[in-house]
Amino acid sequence: MIIGNRKVSYLEDEKILNNGYKKAFVYTMIALAIALPFFADDYTILMASLVGIMLIAVVGVNVVIGYTGLLSLGHAGFVAIGAYSVSIIHNVLGHWGVPDIVHPWVALPGAMAVAALIGILVGLPSLRVKGIYLAVATLSANFIIIFLIEIDTFSQWTGGRLGLTTPDPNFFGWVLDSQREVYVLIAIFSFATILMVQNLFRTRIGRAFVAIREKDYSAEILGVSLLKYKLTSFAISAAFCGLAGAMAAYFYAKILPEQFELALSLQLVAALIVGGMGRTMGPVYGTIIIVLVPELLKIGMGAMMGNSIEAAQLRAPIQEIVFGALIIGFVLFEPLGISQIMDRFFRALNRWPFARG
Amino acid sequence: MLSVADVHLSFGGLKALQGVSFDAAAGEITGIIGPNGAGKTSLFNVISGFYKPNHGRILFQEKDVSHLKPDARAHAGMSRTFQNIALFRGMTVLDNIKLGCHTHLRANVWSSLMYFGSAQKEELQARKEIEEEVIDFLEIDHIRKAPITALSYGLQKRVELARALAMRPKLLMLDEPVAGMNREETADMARFILDAQARFGTTILLVEHDMHLVMDICAKVVVLNFGRQIADGSPKDIAHNQNVIDAYLGQAG
Repeated sequence: MIIGNRKVSYLEDEKILNNGYKKAFVYTMIALAIALPFFADDYTILMASLVGIMLIAVVGVNVVIGYTGLLSLGHAGFVAIGAYSVSIIHNVLGHWGVPDIVHPWVALPGAMAVAALIGILVGLPSLRVKGIYLAVATLSANFIIIFLIEIDTFSQWTGGRLGLTTPDPNFFGWVLDSQREVYVLIAIFSFATILMVQNLFRTRIGRAFVAIREKDYSAEILGVSLLKYKLTSFAISAAFCGLAGAMAAYFYAKILPEQFELALSLQLVAALIVGGMGRTMGPVYGTIIIVLVPELLKIGMGAMMGNSIEAAQLRAPIQEIVFGALIIGFVLFEPLGISQIMDRFFRALNRWPFARG
Repeated sequence: MLSVADVHLSFGGLKALQGVSFDAAAGEITGIIGPNGAGKTSLFNVISGFYKPNHGRILFQEKDVSHLKPDARAHAGMSRTFQNIALFRGMTVLDNIKLGCHTHLRANVWSSLMYFGSAQKEELQARKEIEEEVIDFLEIDHIRKAPITALSYGLQKRVELARALAMRPKLLMLDEPVAGMNREETADMARFILDAQARFGTTILLVEHDMHLVMDICAKVVVLNFGRQIADGSPKDIAHNQNVIDAYLGQAG
């Protein structure tokens, strides 16, 4: 309980940043994100962008897994759909001679819409199956999407195994032709995504998702159609993963199908479990950990073994082991993830020095 | 208001309901009683749409709702509570009650994601109504931000009633609202049920084992035994009905 936090109107009480701590934290983060491109080196910008792209996707995954309680292991597929849709729409519009300045305004909503539609399709099994069975169904969707991207029949559009290059997007006449500039776009969309998903969960639609997670028959009795809301949840989640894909397409020089395979799906879920499912800050903490672990490994192993080829070869399996250990550790000892640890910490801090714990 | 017309329900060879027919009059409390396993909860599940009857129909406000799913029946104005509390345990009391308003809110995906504007306006309006009509009425203002898991059994029952009332239902179905409660809690709950009926004019259907409660507040009582309807009428008639006495106490000789 935070004291000194009296509300005199429902408007005040319904706000997301309903106390001073949250306000201070979020405004600091925004200030930091704005200041970053002016002083940070390229490596920091790269890391921040990776966190941003991953964050958008994990927030999307959180909608389905964390809030609606439907286990999906196929979300990398939606990221792929977003990335390829943006790339293809840019290339097609360029081919038709549509002015550059229009492209992103078609490509971004287009990519999200395509991802949402595929999301609805992939979400259909959720009406029949739950838990591990749904995980397997969505997992296979991931494989099918990557298979369709790689297959020769479509390779004239998708580039097959060789991948695709996305033209630099032109926003209001400003061409984002460096990673530093794309970072700005990623930062804007990261904050916007978190805000929108937060909004969702303080209105009827988000509440209906949580109701389905908590007790589906009870949700039905209150007028929540399971069919409609499970599919809506998949659509929203896939749309944000599509947005993450779109950012990846703008950020990387080239997108390749192998970036969006099962490993990415597992990373998304791992980030969510480590950070905390169904929590606002969960994806933020989780993403930072998941993006930082490989970097720390790189630095740590570099220090211990030098930059030999053997060390580089060892790094990939060790990284998988660390991810695995993180997931097992958190599931066993802290199922609600880092969010829960942070909550406990802030609660203790708030009571200190009058009480502990 | 609600008519149950010759409903039969069986699970394989087990006949859970055999030809149950009764009417619940608008604005009245109708009680459904019977020994354990008589089919009371099955009947509730048929009325709220979880089970499809093998035969017979459910008429709600002169309309056949037999083919509707539970969520569509909620939109038509039916609301219920469960015998073993079915609150959303991971949510706060306030969020649970807000879910009760689900059928009255209109926000779509887009306005929800944007929030500011129509969604915010309707949320604040709903919050105001909940606070003034439900939370204040059921005297649960001190726990509105508490998680369900932190509440006692009696309070959870009251929150479930609050959630059902937040729907502003035309028909409220209560499945054992006072089961496991002490006398004082039972009296409180009876008062809340009567107040809700008086204040909102809600038609109430009540399954309950507490005979004092049933006899005190119901205008009409339907008695089930082994899936058959063995009597219906005013509480006074039921109390003297020989079939009912036999069903509860067994036959002599």
